[in-house]
Amino acid sequence: MAASAQSTSAGATRKGRSGFRLTLHGRKVLWAWTFLALPIVFYCWIRFYPTLSAFWMSFTDWDLLRPANFVGLANYQKLFADPNFWKVFRNTFTYLIIGTPVSLVLSFVIAFYLDRVRFMHGFIRALYFLPFLTTAAAMAWVWRWFYQPIPIGVFNDVLASLGLPAQPFLRSTTQALPSILVTGIWAGLGFQIIIFMAGLRAIPSTYYEAARVDGLGEWAILTRITLPLLKPTTVFLVVFSSIGFLRIFDQVYNMTTNDPGGPLNSTKPLVLMIYQTAFSSFQMGYAAAQTVVLFTILLAVSLLQLWIMRKR
Amino acid sequence: MSTQATELRLNASRIRPGLIITWTLLFIGGLIMVTPLLYMFSTSLKSAGQVYDLRLIPAAPTFDNYIKVLSDGRFARWFFNSALVAITVTLSNVFFDSLVGYTLAKFQFRGRQLVFIAILSTLMIPTEMLVIPWYLMSSQLGWLDSYWGIMFPGMMTAFGTFLMKQFFEGVPDDFLEAARVDGLNEFTIWWKVAMPLVTPAISALAIFTFLGNWTAFFWPLIVTTSRELYTLPVGLSSFAVEQSIQWEMIMTGAALATIPTLLVFLFFQRYIVRGVMLAGLKG
Repeated sequence: MAASAQSTSAGATRKGRSGFRLTLHGRKVLWAWTFLALPIVFYCWIRFYPTLSAFWMSFTDWDLLRPANFVGLANYQKLFADPNFWKVFRNTFTYLIIGTPVSLVLSFVIAFYLDRVRFMHGFIRALYFLPFLTTAAAMAWVWRWFYQPIPIGVFNDVLASLGLPAQPFLRSTTQALPSILVTGIWAGLGFQIIIFMAGLRAIPSTYYEAARVDGLGEWAILTRITLPLLKPTTVFLVVFSSIGFLRIFDQVYNMTTNDPGGPLNSTKPLVLMIYQTAFSSFQMGYAAAQTVVLFTILLAVSLLQLWIMRKR
Repeated sequence: MSTQATELRLNASRIRPGLIITWTLLFIGGLIMVTPLLYMFSTSLKSAGQVYDLRLIPAAPTFDNYIKVLSDGRFARWFFNSALVAITVTLSNVFFDSLVGYTLAKFQFRGRQLVFIAILSTLMIPTEMLVIPWYLMSSQLGWLDSYWGIMFPGMMTAFGTFLMKQFFEGVPDDFLEAARVDGLNEFTIWWKVAMPLVTPAISALAIFTFLGNWTAFFWPLIVTTSRELYTLPVGLSSFAVEQSIQWEMIMTGAALATIPTLLVFLFFQRYIVRGVMLAGLKG
């Protein structure tokens, strides 16, 4: 530092010019590593070390009380032999397989038409966007109240006024998961609409004008121009919402507090199973193995995205 | 009102009457989207006896529930905790993510690409995988049940770093060179010259970080055990369980957790929507 400061103050004679350049570069490199020093410590300590640690723990029987013993693949064998895990696995993918397409189709249709509406555009957009800003844990309780039996629950009240039979919703092993899923879709819809609208705006209007000149109909424009050009946005949202549904927790936890993941584990997703294994039964090693499984699933989804984008 | 009317008239000449049907359907859909929020506020203004009356406009609105919920100071404390955590983490992200993003975008040095890929690779690691090691780390270092314990995992994020790097790449080198010629040091160049050029990105990052931490549930639920340190979502969850079937009280708590973000949205709607669009397109 001192040497480089000297060479700048020396006013860089012609002879010292190349030396001056070198030290300037050297000084910039030094600044760069100074800026990165604390972040590198952070990423190593709070991200990479815990990641390796989680893998290691998944091969141990650590339970918070006794020192951990290496048990090889025992946790994984136990997990894959556990019918509860397969139940949870199926639930997790049910959230994804229903949630992602439903929320994507809804948000695209809304974004597509909202993009054309000018009258009170900002206000209507705000109506759709507001739920995205709410706290999932808080709104889960509002929806939970909606699903209550007569005379408390709003939905059953509406059904009754239409002369339809009351539904058990959260108390039924078949209806509880879709009921919770509705809350998840509702909360994420506003974000997806905004992203779709940003994608639609990014398509140059000349494409549409050219298509109209060529006499293409509305449907042809949609399928041959809009949707293909929107592919990067769609792929991003598919992955974003898939990861969101695979990691669902807040809604399930708060809507089933009397029997988390119930009734009869019918709504329990993987993250809730991890939470219970780790922080209710304190089987840390076993829970770590479950997190590795979650990691593998999420990694597969992300790699699938990269692969689809490559093929473009 | 008059500008809206002219707007409608102007558009009506351009577009077919089908637009009116589209508008109406979109409007109804929007109302359905906010119905849970409306019912939450409506019920929070009803007395225990009125809860069964499901009309949206309360017959005899009262603030009693709010007074009752706020009287013991618990919500005020949780509100303070959430604000402290969300603001601190947001400031940290704005500072560090920008600094790292800037360094990776504007400095040439060996190992730059490696650092970038290493940071980006952490996007692949789900929080759920890290909570067990974080919990162990926190219990060994005495971070359990402390503000630092709630905050430390989010002090820097790969998403924010990536976002800021993308934006700093668009800053012309000439600006920075001019500052260098003026004799400013690299830190000042970043803070005084480069940062003001990417304010839309900073506001996007700040909004996302604040919202994410304000609504965060999973890690605060794990790391806090004493009621005084709960964040608002965790506190609300425990409060709701405790109230069991007193729905008007639960709705009041939920409303209190929701009002701050709604207020922020009312004031910063333009920035928030633009921020989400920016982050979505670049991210």
